Amino acid sequence: MTLLTFIPLAALIVGFALGVILNRHPIRSALCLAVTLFLLAVMFVFLDAHLVAALQIIVYAGAILVLFLFVIMLLNLEADIPQKRRRSMSIAAVAGGVVFAGAVLRPILWAGDTLPGPGWSESAPASFGTAESIGARLFTHFVLPFEVTSVLLLVAVLGAVVLAKKKLG
Amino acid sequence: MVPATYYIALSVTLFSIGAIGFLIRRNLIVMFMSIELMLNAANLAFVVFARQQLAVDGQVIVFFVMTVAAAEVAVGLAIIIALFRHRQTLNADEVRMLRW
Repeated sequence: MTLLTFIPLAALIVGFALGVILNRHPIRSALCLAVTLFLLAVMFVFLDAHLVAALQIIVYAGAILVLFLFVIMLLNLEADIPQKRRRSMSIAAVAGGVVFAGAVLRPILWAGDTLPGPGWSESAPASFGTAESIGARLFTHFVLPFEVTSVLLLVAVLGAVVLAKKKLG
Repeated sequence: MVPATYYIALSVTLFSIGAIGFLIRRNLIVMFMSIELMLNAANLAFVVFARQQLAVDGQVIVFFVMTVAAAEVAVGLAIIIALFRHRQTLNADEVRMLRW
């Protein structure tokens, strides 16, 4: 992936992410998040993570985001009224976030290409990031977290049903 | 070839945007979406390092992060719906009965 494709893609991702947090209507934030997730899936394809990119679209943009949209439409949310928050708190939050980002970014951007591993100099083998390779890893080395995750999903489904149902009578 | 540090810089930027959004917005649903932004930033970092090391383990971790995010969104939105039914508000500043 060349810099010529990376910079516009990254700029779009950051732009739509800002759209998520800055929009007045929650529905517009949700749609900006959808675009961000799709663009991140594009980024994943460029990084040879093919199964993860497909899962990003199917699970994240296609299930989690749809859940958000359903809840927004169910609760019939309208545009946020600009809150009478204390200005100092918003400024402090933004300043803190920018300082954090700068503090983490500065050594990263000045590090050069010194991360360990073979890196981009080798092109990935054709089987990297496919369903077979991830499945092979998932069901041998990561089988215990996999089973625990299935229990987690069961508990989450039960919890969501119990919490959201209307009391009868 | 784009150096890996640029991808990590994008991941950090996304994470900061999510964190700032979580702190400055008071609408619970938008706060929740900022959390999803932070999770996606972490996913991007994992995928970049998986590619860097040419080891698929990073992508398996992303698989688990997505699963946990799905479970968390289901339960979290159920909580938000229950909260809205009782308090008729989604403003995090107005839900303060348990605060000091």
